[in-house]
Amino acid sequence: MKLDSLIPAPLRKPAKPGASNGAAKGPAPADLKTAPAERPSDAQRLGDRAKDAPADVLAWVDQRTAASGFLTGMLYRKVPKGTNWFYTLGSATLIAFVSQAITGVFLAMFYTPSATQAYASIAHINNDVFLGQLVHGMHKWGSSVMVILVFLHMGRTFFFGAYKYPRELNWVIGVVLLILTMTMAFTGYLLPFDQRSFWASVVGININGTGPVVGPYLSDFLRAGPELGATTLSRFYAIHMLLVPGAIIALIGAHMYLVVKLGTTAPPWLKADKPKVAASVSQLDAGVEGNGAAPPNGASAS
Amino acid sequence: MKPADKQAYLEEYELLKKKGKPFFPYAVLKDSAMMLVVVGVIILMSVLLGAEQGPKADPTSTTYVPRPEWYFFFLFELLRVIKPPELVPIATIGIPTICMVLLLLLPFYDRGPERNPIRRPIATTAGCITIAAMAYLSYLGATGGSPTEIDMKVAPQYEAGKEVVAGSGCLACHKLGENGNNGPGPELTHIAQRIPRAAILRSVEIGPGIMPSFRDLPPKKLNELADFLSSLD
Repeated sequence: MKLDSLIPAPLRKPAKPGASNGAAKGPAPADLKTAPAERPSDAQRLGDRAKDAPADVLAWVDQRTAASGFLTGMLYRKVPKGTNWFYTLGSATLIAFVSQAITGVFLAMFYTPSATQAYASIAHINNDVFLGQLVHGMHKWGSSVMVILVFLHMGRTFFFGAYKYPRELNWVIGVVLLILTMTMAFTGYLLPFDQRSFWASVVGININGTGPVVGPYLSDFLRAGPELGATTLSRFYAIHMLLVPGAIIALIGAHMYLVVKLGTTAPPWLKADKPKVAASVSQLDAGVEGNGAAPPNGASAS
Repeated sequence: MKPADKQAYLEEYELLKKKGKPFFPYAVLKDSAMMLVVVGVIILMSVLLGAEQGPKADPTSTTYVPRPEWYFFFLFELLRVIKPPELVPIATIGIPTICMVLLLLLPFYDRGPERNPIRRPIATTAGCITIAAMAYLSYLGATGGSPTEIDMKVAPQYEAGKEVVAGSGCLACHKLGENGNNGPGPELTHIAQRIPRAAILRSVEIGPGIMPSFRDLPPKKLNELADFLSSLD
């Protein structure tokens, strides 16, 4: 309960319905206590008010957004028994993306997406900018880390059968995120504009061009001209830092919303010991989950 | 999955969930630890491996190795495994597209209620084979031969052309005697038997299929290259 006292009231774990009235929920509000014998000093009252400030601000926001029901539901939702380290691969992928986003923003401050200046601007980042090479390196190697983590996360989901009912849609979103991640890797590879990235992109675009029906159009679109050059670079840059990241952020949001809504899976080898009154399970659900106006987990019992 | 199976799963899941622990702080702690490890690894890789630049991109240059980032190796190697030109579209776009569609639609054709990998032998085997195939192709890609050296004896008048071929990275995709990689491009060892000099020159300039165009090479080098290749019979 020590942890609880550090959390502002609107985000505290909601009491179970039927639990006794807040005995374990910290002190009662000040106005319910017996009035103090002496009038507290100004400094003391100021201190008290300052202590309440975070809770007050949160209460103010909560009154206008009603977000606390969702947030507490999300924070204190039960994670099934047996959840192990395999289940952290999703968060690991997320933090790899966040790292790519942050380092990418800093690289964009110094990078020039022009065929004549791109190479020099990367050299400038590497040699002159404070921590430039570190950030550039984090972005470069972070892409490999992210690709590996995406595949590990997908492998876990596949082998645990976690894509099955009711999580089919989240699997589909995940596969789209995998494709977008690979698109990021492909478009980002050209940006340093050195020999390796240039010619790998020439071949990569040609490979796209051999595809049936849409292939030639796809490679024309990517190349943005008869030869790989300045227009290709700015097109790859726009795809790499505006189009695809926007789509990825939106889809990660949807992905995580569904994770919270449907819950993470239990390891497939675990079986629950059935209680004797299995028939009343659905009623129990309603009791446990139905503590807010819009319980985030409520739909799992549909 | 039948409605009864769905209901059974949801009930089972509710029970397991009730025995679980709250997301905060238990799962959050685990996730945070993992996140720290990930960021640590990224920073460590950056410090240890750096971010060196290669030579500046130059469309007219003749020294390059068209190699993708390592995680595309398996796609690139697919082109070496499937070589006949009429099958190239299948290798380049066909197989990846089919795999992506299969992956995307996975929950719609694998609808059985069983989730334990040991009791889903088909899915588990297919998954393991896919991983092994990708790992093997990536390994092939990582250990491909150096495409910038040609170790063979040629008549003195063709030496210059041999150097152009070596320096232009042709061997990244073509086999030439004991040198180079067998694919995605056709073998060049006896290329003159199959196509005449003019056609060789045209291919080099146009860059058919996935091959890059080399029309930016200086005319002298192009001629030397064509002389050399048309001598290989």
